[in-house]
Amino acid sequence: MSDLDLLYSDIEEDLRGSVRDLLEDRCDSDAVTRMYDGDRTVVESLWKSLTELGLAGLLVPEDRDGQGASAREAAVVLEELGRAAAPVPFLTSSVVATTLLLEGDSDLLAPLATGERTAALLVPWSLAPDAEIPAVSIDDDRLSGTVSTVAGALEADLFLVPVAAGSGLSVYAVEAHEASIVPLVSLDMTRQLADVTVDAAPGEVVVADAEQAVRRALDAGAALLASEQAGVARWCLDTTVAYVKDRKQFGRPVGGFQALKHRLADLYAGVESAAAAARYAAATLAQADPDAPVGASTAQAFNGDVAVLAAEEAVQLHAGIGMTWEHPAHLYLKRAKADQIALGTPGRHRARLAGLVGLPG
Amino acid sequence: MNSQLRERVRDFLADHDPRAMERVDFLRARYDAGLAWVHFPVGHGGLGLEQALQPDVDRLFREAGAPDNRPGVNPIGLGMAAPTILAFGSDAQKDRFLRPLWTGEEVWCQLFSEPGAGSDLANVATRAVRDGDEWVVNGQKVWTSGAHNARFAILLARTDSSLPKHFGMTYFLCDMTDPGVDVRPLRQITGEAEFNEVFLTDVRIPDGQRLGDVGEGWKVANATLNNERISIGKSADRESGMLGVVASTWRERPDLRTPDLHDRLLRLWVDAEVARLTGTRLRQKLAQGQPGPEGSTMKLGFARIAQQLSGLEVELLGEKGLHYSDWTMVRPGHVDFNGRDAGYRYLRAKGNSIEGGTSEILRNIVAERVLGLPGEHRVDKNIPWKESAK
Repeated sequence: MSDLDLLYSDIEEDLRGSVRDLLEDRCDSDAVTRMYDGDRTVVESLWKSLTELGLAGLLVPEDRDGQGASAREAAVVLEELGRAAAPVPFLTSSVVATTLLLEGDSDLLAPLATGERTAALLVPWSLAPDAEIPAVSIDDDRLSGTVSTVAGALEADLFLVPVAAGSGLSVYAVEAHEASIVPLVSLDMTRQLADVTVDAAPGEVVVADAEQAVRRALDAGAALLASEQAGVARWCLDTTVAYVKDRKQFGRPVGGFQALKHRLADLYAGVESAAAAARYAAATLAQADPDAPVGASTAQAFNGDVAVLAAEEAVQLHAGIGMTWEHPAHLYLKRAKADQIALGTPGRHRARLAGLVGLPG
Repeated sequence: MNSQLRERVRDFLADHDPRAMERVDFLRARYDAGLAWVHFPVGHGGLGLEQALQPDVDRLFREAGAPDNRPGVNPIGLGMAAPTILAFGSDAQKDRFLRPLWTGEEVWCQLFSEPGAGSDLANVATRAVRDGDEWVVNGQKVWTSGAHNARFAILLARTDSSLPKHFGMTYFLCDMTDPGVDVRPLRQITGEAEFNEVFLTDVRIPDGQRLGDVGEGWKVANATLNNERISIGKSADRESGMLGVVASTWRERPDLRTPDLHDRLLRLWVDAEVARLTGTRLRQKLAQGQPGPEGSTMKLGFARIAQQLSGLEVELLGEKGLHYSDWTMVRPGHVDFNGRDAGYRYLRAKGNSIEGGTSEILRNIVAERVLGLPGEHRVDKNIPWKESAK
């Protein structure tokens, strides 16, 4: 099971290069910071540029208008999006919603793949892959209910809505304009959440008997969120190391003090390990390996905490400047802390692992 | 594996029936055929091939029921002395030492650390003074594993104390049976004596057993130590090592489980699994010829996880955790970190963050060589060794 390639192919490195170039050009941290004051103008143009690279269709086969790539490539994109704290609906639409639509034959998938439209799965962003899935009710083919703290809802044209159908679950597609969307003041405004209410809204079934399909979509999200977290952690480490080499106190670079050197050495070990965990989660997902759920939960249990630690260390070791609105460290702290809860906390994933690997409590 | 090499092993086995030969004769013949360590040069037990081919060669011999050279008995010889002799030895030294080293006829130990030279190895005080064609050595070495079984040692000694510390040392090959070599067991916190103190009193080493030039000892020693740190370990299965031991106790003893221990076990399961994946990724990088500096972090993680797991195991066992197998002083032939009982594993694992570079020194190495942070102040670096504070 460990013979999977945990490195990057040349094609994957090329993809990384184009995404990084684009982000350096179009995703400057001042524009991202302005999202906290309500200015979301960076999102649309950035997302449009990314979809023009074909990124929205990475997981979609070519005969459904996608790129026919795999979770490995999507993971590389997420490493870069994490590294830039980029505010785009790639994970929510191009990974989670797309994975769900791949289970059926809905025509709604193709416009997602091309980037023409964007979708979001209507579940709380904190939902773990093995948790009970909240469902709205259906009466006379009309959907009613409220789902709180949904990610990607503000950018979505389309909602994929879990609906209680008899003893099971079906997923319906509902046009976003049929729902009422209340944006939330969120801890991480670069992935701003919303409460979404449907009140006798029309919809069509896209996946019937969908409980396992929804879980697989959440698991894909969890597996690939680990790459975003690895990217967040990498930015924090790189930026902090560069800063402590430059910042002088007591007549020398503060990075020469052993108290800092040892913390950064440990953080480096954590970041490298997070990269390996994320790579394994992506590789098992890419080839539908039976170990994929273990890979996803291991990576979530590990990377969620590493990203938070990296961001907290970045703030502490930047000290005064790290506490300012002006310095981008806080963008990563807020993203890392929100990511730690997204798709199941590390503790939730450890509890899941207990079942998966046979270590019951 | 290339078919030519496979053919060569088959031919050798056809000519040398392992069941019909004396063990040592078979191993000597294997060495002479270049099938001992294929990455060594022709004439010194190898064929000048890639090291990656060796596991397959070993497997073919194993499948044929051939005896191996008991690598567990001679780790210092095979892992450290041999590559250093290969890199710095004269032809005469390679001819004399490498074959009996590989066959296990001569076991090696390492006379590096001293009471005053632990993390600061370049501070060794053992003196070697030239006397004609010989060197006269006096000093005390410590933490010498296997010295009581060893025939030879790699030895680092000071030959010029008027030079700064890194420049006044020379590297020798010391015969442990020479007069003046006194090996005394050093009892550890486990109760046993895996290590020794070695006292050297007027030991006479022929100049022909000097490895590298006079004053070049630090350079040669670094080649040895790099080999120590390169051993990242083989590809491991999930739940191998200490985790496997604790996980099976957990599965077999539901009566011992508590929520606190459960959460800690799962955290360590994740840490160990991620460390395993990190090791796999590192080996893949090395195989691609991207030697990653991440290697230095592997030992840091291994030590921490082994210590936490073994500590957890003692707690998990509760009443039985209060027992200990045996405090009798023995000198074990080889060491198994996962052997004996939980108490032994707990105590032995304390050494994992000390031996082969303390975790503190490894953090300095990662910070300076990987992250490029400024080095430590070295007040004794540029002054004559004899003038530095002792």
